[in-house]
Amino acid sequence: MDFSLSMEHDILRKSVRDFAEKEIKPVARDLDEREEFSYDTMNAMAGLGLFGMFVSEEYEGQGMDYMSYIIATEEIARVDGSHAATIAAANSLGIGPLYYYGNEAQKRKYLPKACRGETLWAFGLTEPNAGSDAGNTQTTAVLDGDEWVINGSKIFITNGTTDITAGVIVLSRSGTREDGRPELTSVIVERGTPGFEARTMHGKLMWRASDTSELYFDDCRVPKENLLGPIGHGFHQMLGTLDGGRLSLAAMGLGGAQGAFDMALKYSQERIQFGKPISTFQVNAFKLADMATEIECARLLLYKACWMRDNEQPIGKLAAMAKLYCSEVMGRCVDHAVQLHGGYGLMKEYDVERFYRDHKLLEIGEGTSEVQRIVISRLIEAV
Amino acid sequence: MNFLVCLKQVPDTETQIKVAPDGMSIVTDNIKWVMNPYDEYAVEEALRLKEKFGGDVTIIGVGPKRLTESIRTALAMGADKGILVDDPSVTGSDSLGTARVLAAVIKDLDYDIILCGKQGVDDDYGLVGSGLAELLDIPQISIVLKLEVSEDGSSVKAHREVEGGTLVIEASLPALITAQKGLNEPRYASLPGIMKAKKKPFDVKTLADLDLDASEVGESGAKIKIMQITPPKEREAGKIVEGETPQEKAANLARLLHEEAKLI
Ligand SMILES: Cc1cc2nc3c(=O)[nH]c(=O)nc-3n(C[C@H](O)[C@H](O)[C@H](O)COP(=O)(O)OP(=O)(O)OC[C@H]3O[C@@H](n4cnc5c(N)ncnc54)[C@H](O)[C@@H]3O)c2cc1C
Ligand SMILES: Cc1cc2nc3c(=O)[nH]c(=O)nc-3n(C[C@H](O)[C@H](O)[C@H](O)COP(=O)(O)OP(=O)(O)OC[C@H]3O[C@@H](n4cnc5c(N)ncnc54)[C@H](O)[C@@H]3O)c2cc1C
Repeated sequence: MDFSLSMEHDILRKSVRDFAEKEIKPVARDLDEREEFSYDTMNAMAGLGLFGMFVSEEYEGQGMDYMSYIIATEEIARVDGSHAATIAAANSLGIGPLYYYGNEAQKRKYLPKACRGETLWAFGLTEPNAGSDAGNTQTTAVLDGDEWVINGSKIFITNGTTDITAGVIVLSRSGTREDGRPELTSVIVERGTPGFEARTMHGKLMWRASDTSELYFDDCRVPKENLLGPIGHGFHQMLGTLDGGRLSLAAMGLGGAQGAFDMALKYSQERIQFGKPISTFQVNAFKLADMATEIECARLLLYKACWMRDNEQPIGKLAAMAKLYCSEVMGRCVDHAVQLHGGYGLMKEYDVERFYRDHKLLEIGEGTSEVQRIVISRLIEAV
Repeated sequence: MNFLVCLKQVPDTETQIKVAPDGMSIVTDNIKWVMNPYDEYAVEEALRLKEKFGGDVTIIGVGPKRLTESIRTALAMGADKGILVDDPSVTGSDSLGTARVLAAVIKDLDYDIILCGKQGVDDDYGLVGSGLAELLDIPQISIVLKLEVSEDGSSVKAHREVEGGTLVIEASLPALITAQKGLNEPRYASLPGIMKAKKKPFDVKTLADLDLDASEVGESGAKIKIMQITPPKEREAGKIVEGETPQEKAANLARLLHEEAKLI
């Protein structure tokens, strides 16, 4: 067994960490407070090459492995969840499906701009009445001559309403399968298509500097060739996309846990009470020891899943495990970190306050912790 | 034009430095090594000059294998070639020894400007650049804040900050420049850059490749010897100057500076 990462991975981590510390950390608190998506940081992230990391150079991606993408996401999440969300959603949910399921013309048309970070693509799966039960999609796509006619709505869609959103991949019901279940198909809807409207959702607890939207389709007509992959492949594509997406959410949990730990360790080494740094009181030292241990386990699990993906092994079970574990580790770490900060940890002046809020999404988005446990239970054949 | 950048690694400034039991070195076990910050300015300046005048940027490092990562980082930032001199007999070199190794590498290269950091933030000698310029017998301008190369590429004007003003110095090329903080804002190694760097030429050399005798470098070639390393004294708690009015506070401060700190 060899646990070492390549030198490129090390250089990548250092560079992204440096970038995150200098370009994102100083503005993250204010963007969170104002609930604002920043085009300045978006451009800076694009300049660094954080979009299209696993896409081949042919389509202007970086041609890196999945591990690189995960390390980059982890390092951005170490300073801010919202920015990591923008990257994870753009890559896993926007660029990913276009790259893996798009035909040559679609890839040529959409990927170069998306990989340069000039455009963002969103993935519309969740609906008001189909969340965990995403297969129960109500949005319909009906072929009428040379056009698909789409009706329905989507909710909580990341990157759906930025100024640079180019469009959205919409999971729709295109008919009924022989077994009576809905036949699901993905359709590409470009921004500006008549009948398609996107509205920004405000008032979020977390990821406040990430764009979240509601999408409405009212007799929205798109050309027949806007089909992503074959008819009826939507459900399969969704599962594949979510496997990759789960790794990026796990990376956000891991990075967030690491960030919270780093802050907690520094603070508790500096904070003096009863004449001593509070880190030296055993109850606190043990919290830090537990955090460090769990982070190490989380990293091993996630990196193993990435390694399997890079080596073309099936990752369904490990992706679900990594997503579940990393997000819950972050939950315990932010809880400890705020506790170690005492009253100050409850104030916005301390970034740990934001981490405490940002964490919660990770136990809900891209399959709740319960859904991950359902997936794992099935894959270990418990049920 | 061709540009050479000399580069070393130093402990990350966040690392807690511990003195080794021998009292003459530091514990290196848990150190995170990074590119010397002043060398980053040197790399960036070379890249900007290349973008303006064309040519190649070659990165040269003397040190152990781990230095590869920093040289590769410079390649990922946009430099073209890397050369690492990795030879056990170089360990323990003083600044002159390092300069000798660099000079031996550089004498066979084609160059217009050599850039170094003004000092390494580890030992803080600030001597390698000067030593190298002397050995190559070329002009040197140190601690440079701004660099202007003439349109025809034959000379360079460098700005240095001196007490109360700026000194502008001109030199013919080839010349050696040492970089001061503020010379530029170094770029990040971008992801596409990291991928490209994988395919860039990278040579590893030993002393045998350089016609350099082991006695000229390492501890045997050193003109100085470290006798002792001691950690800095723990800082004492600060003092708040008492006084009801600003005038009273100022008078008390002056008295403290005179009587206690003995500064005035
Ligand atoms: C900020 C944000 C960004 C998002 N981005 C996207 C995006 O880009 N694209 C997209 O398509 N979606 C996105 N989502 C949606 C997200 O994936 C859903 O919120 C998530 O899948 C949960 O669905 P739901 O909110 O409808 O909750 P529900 O499915 O209603 O779940 C409510 C609770 O019931 C539990 N539950 C449900 N079914 C079961 C069961 N069978 N057994 C046990 N417990 C169960 C759940 O675990 C949960 O605790 C985003 C959400 C947020 C908040
Ligand atoms: C919204 C709000 C309202 C408040 N209202 C009031 C008020 O009306 N009046 C008032 O006087 N105060 C008030 N407080 C202050 C509150 O009581 C303190 O925040 C609290 O006592 C903790 O002190 P601290 O924040 O300085 O944390 P610290 O004492 O620095 O504690 C930091 C961490 O170290 C741990 N720790 C400290 N010492 C030890 C030890 N010996 N052994 C083990 N662990 C240790 C703590 O448990 C904690 O986890 C308020 C605080 C907030 C946030």
